[in-house]
Amino acid sequence: MSFQPARIVITGIGLTAPNGNSLSEFRQNLLAGVAGVEPFDVRYMGRLIAGVCHYDPLRYQTRKGLRVGTRAGSISIYCAHEALKDSGLAFDSVPKDRVGIYLGCTEHGNVETENEIYAISKFNYDTKYWSHYHNPRTVANNPAGEISLALGITGPAYTIGAACAAGNVGLIHAAQMLRLGEVDLAFCGGVSESIHTFGIFAGFKSQGALATHADPKKASRPFDKGRNGIVVSEGGCIYTLERLDDALARGAKIYGEIAGYCVNSDASDYVLPNPGRQAECVRKALVNAKLAAADIHIVNTHATATPQGDIQECEAIRAVFGAGCPETNINNTKSYIGHCMGAAGALELAGNLPSFDDLVVHPTINVDDLDPLCAIDGLVLNQPRKVARVEAILNNSFGMLGINSTLIVKRFVA
Amino acid sequence: MTKDACKQIVLDIIADIAPDEDLSNLKPEVRLRDQMQLDSMDFLDIVMELRKQHGIEVPEADYIHLASLDSCADYLTPKFEALGK
Repeated sequence: MSFQPARIVITGIGLTAPNGNSLSEFRQNLLAGVAGVEPFDVRYMGRLIAGVCHYDPLRYQTRKGLRVGTRAGSISIYCAHEALKDSGLAFDSVPKDRVGIYLGCTEHGNVETENEIYAISKFNYDTKYWSHYHNPRTVANNPAGEISLALGITGPAYTIGAACAAGNVGLIHAAQMLRLGEVDLAFCGGVSESIHTFGIFAGFKSQGALATHADPKKASRPFDKGRNGIVVSEGGCIYTLERLDDALARGAKIYGEIAGYCVNSDASDYVLPNPGRQAECVRKALVNAKLAAADIHIVNTHATATPQGDIQECEAIRAVFGAGCPETNINNTKSYIGHCMGAAGALELAGNLPSFDDLVVHPTINVDDLDPLCAIDGLVLNQPRKVARVEAILNNSFGMLGINSTLIVKRFVA
Repeated sequence: MTKDACKQIVLDIIADIAPDEDLSNLKPEVRLRDQMQLDSMDFLDIVMELRKQHGIEVPEADYIHLASLDSCADYLTPKFEALGK
């Protein structure tokens, strides 16, 4: 008899994105075409543009907690509380040692290190002015650890470094840990505070990959001929994941079921994507989910609006989803919120999950002049599309050093 | 520099370090830790802010003198005066 892994379901969602601080607000803005990119001052570089989150940090933290912790920690605490509230769990009666926290991060610690270097620059770089908070702020597990402190969770709590594939990988890892029986409840997803480090802006600028536009809300334009790079954004999205039996036993609301996934590596370049490996990742996820390409009704692309990267992802999608997939709709969320780095995959999935209920696919906005090289079948552009059915959503997230992740969520059917 | 002025400097630092605390009823003779939520990292903050804002060094062996507002004033006032403040 073959091994039947436990079915894993999504039972709660908490998020903050540049255009919304709850799933309902986020979704509403995705359907209304409301982008969340704005002017933003960056140390040493002046006024640029970025996706900035406007959640209320004092909803779940003290002012001291905010002062001592990090922005990523604060975003994580907000999202975890919101997810917990949304899940309807009676948390007081949940054994805290059976709860895991698995958060994807593109990077962590750059913000805090830059801040300290800037601070000691005012003291002639004398390191005796270096903060004693530097190490707890910059350890890679900081965002997950801040949640564990905030919620009193004593199970495993750590981050997963997976570049911009990290949001998906956080979910995938959590599903694996639930299936292994390591935990009974997982808080998982991704987080990013990247807009507070000048280094990421300067790095993309040096790479020729930083978006510019007179109108910030039009700056992130995947698939458009006029695209010129990435809009750097912050954000967070945390899910509660449970084994289906546990969710059913407590009568939980179920957003969807983890159907399958794949994480693979290009092994070909530090930064350049590899369409062949991306297609392989998508195909393996489909096999893992026991689904055919035509069974996928929404593909949320990773496309970041770099001239070459978008074309290469479209090449990968074209190779998997073609004429035989008339019901496959393809969209992109970065056109609204820019690139939320470690949170991107988790946020972009969340923005699409309501499609199971409303049967509307949110579009890719800011496509005034579609690049013919990105003209793949099924693209939903500028206007939401009402569809006959949404049974499975496939979410792509790719990252530097050639990490690819594909996560498939299907409609929950008992 | 009077001891009251010295206490006010310390209170201003504590107000930044512990922004959620009500400092209006702090008893100067009672240990700070016994009246409010202050941990060892917070005391290091006091030391750091004295260094950054006022150029005053508190060696580790002397941290015990920062226990209460009164002991802070007794210990720090001569240091401020030595700096001509």
